[in-house]
Amino acid sequence: MGNNGLDIDNKLSQFENKLAELKELACMFNTDMSPEIKALEKQFLREKKLVYSKLTPWQKVLLSGQSQRPRSSDYINALFDNRVELYGDRIYGDDPAIIGGLASFRNYKVVFLGQEKGRDTKERIARNFGYMHPEGYRKALRLMKLAEKFNKPIISFVDTPGAAPGVEAELRGQHASIAENIGMMSILRVPIISIVIGEGGSGGALGVGVSDKILMLEDSIYCVCKPETCSEILKWGKDRIPEAASALKLTADELKELGIVDEVIKEPLGGAHKDHELILSRVGRAIKRNLDELTLLEINELLDKRYVKYRNIGKFE
Amino acid sequence: MLDNLKKNVCPSCNLEIGKEELEKTYKVCPNCNYHYPIGSDERIRQLIDAGTFIEYDSELESSNPLNFPDYEDKLQKDKILTGLKEAVLTGEGNINGYPTVIGVTDYRFRMGSMASVFGEKVVRAIERAINKRLPVIIISSSGGGARMQEGMLSLMQMAKTSSACMKLHQAKLLYIDVLSYQSFAGVMASFAALGHIIIAEPGTRVGFTGERGRSSIRQNLPEGFQTAEFVIKKGMIDMIVQRKDLKSVLADLLDFFS
Repeated sequence: MGNNGLDIDNKLSQFENKLAELKELACMFNTDMSPEIKALEKQFLREKKLVYSKLTPWQKVLLSGQSQRPRSSDYINALFDNRVELYGDRIYGDDPAIIGGLASFRNYKVVFLGQEKGRDTKERIARNFGYMHPEGYRKALRLMKLAEKFNKPIISFVDTPGAAPGVEAELRGQHASIAENIGMMSILRVPIISIVIGEGGSGGALGVGVSDKILMLEDSIYCVCKPETCSEILKWGKDRIPEAASALKLTADELKELGIVDEVIKEPLGGAHKDHELILSRVGRAIKRNLDELTLLEINELLDKRYVKYRNIGKFE
Repeated sequence: MLDNLKKNVCPSCNLEIGKEELEKTYKVCPNCNYHYPIGSDERIRQLIDAGTFIEYDSELESSNPLNFPDYEDKLQKDKILTGLKEAVLTGEGNINGYPTVIGVTDYRFRMGSMASVFGEKVVRAIERAINKRLPVIIISSSGGGARMQEGMLSLMQMAKTSSACMKLHQAKLLYIDVLSYQSFAGVMASFAALGHIIIAEPGTRVGFTGERGRSSIRQNLPEGFQTAEFVIKKGMIDMIVQRKDLKSVLADLLDFFS
């Protein structure tokens, strides 16, 4: 297997080209080749399904980083109405790596958060590629406390390679801001739903990810460290990065199995970027269903459940 | 740096110093005040009144839940080398007569990193403290953060331990963090930063991203970056306490909040 996830797409596009060629030929010679074309199309779909059902964890890592995958802002813009974005932590600044604000969602009023990597190069730089600084975590916490005060559920989209690792982040207390968010999110007295839509990068993701329900897109990943880093630390070298990806158990299905993720949201064939509309509607439905469920619970029951959920994570003899 | 430990030479100032002398100085160099990292067993001896320590959950041992390559071997090696079963020791005992629950993470065992058993032991200790209405002191020497070999199970211990810390806050029970040697990443971004009072020993390295995580970025570091003396000026910790004074400072705090 090559290191480039697009290898899969290349293989499939060869198939696609053949199909197009056949169609063209049929047209040129004005012959009815529809049975052949239909058969080939069927075979193509079968092949495609097979290929995508057998993705290795490393291929999922590459897929999850696809720049064409819908970003947090795509979900927020599509699913929420009457959006009001709010800015800043009131202490230091505003962190463009996370967006947050107020919105209505179906019959609910919610506070939304979304780690935002940005789309084109310019925006990606402006948003620091989704690496949040302490002011971002503090902005998120400010909005979450607002949600708690006015009894609004919190919807948090997780998509980050990790918390910002630079000197500036350290000087402003990266560890403390993440710790405080994790702690506070475990006791906030409103329902919290987090959705991992691409990359769940370690503590940087958890800093806005503690929730009553963790939903995860089928081809997204959530990991304690990047497979590249893991392989480097273990001195496995670059060749064994795919092995590290498997060892870390970072795919949605594996994490569901481990009892960490509550629900896996199926992606369109080939990944979320192949059909934005379809994945947006699926995510919308999943949020609605979980909100309906969580808002029925009495608040202390919700909090007990949240505590037990995390209390029970861990495996040992 | 730690290689020097075996040669009876201070890793910081190269002073030749015998083992017996170091014992008398709480494993602190009498010349340059370098605080040697110390193991969890020694820490308990230094802090807890003789004969009062009761260890919790000593039977809990890490397995290899994800079948991560070579993890069992690494655990086995650390177990043999240290005589410990996990990177954290928990229990209860008295500090100058004040009863407390205490947890000590051990840098010698998987760099003090947090995984399933670690998190479970910390949470059980905190839950016992809540039931018994006792304060909690956790001493962290964890450069390792969340242990890679247990993947997301390790990462989620951040949430698990932090949830328990918040219960402690809600129960209005005192929680003190002591940072020693080094404390980074998943440990420092969870329970080790959630104490009512955060104490560090001199020279302790404190932060989120350690040197390895920064290696890809070229940035000039301010002098003393991520040391206790530096982060106290940045408002991250409450006080720096010499090891020889730690027991009495903790006793004073336990007294104040009792």
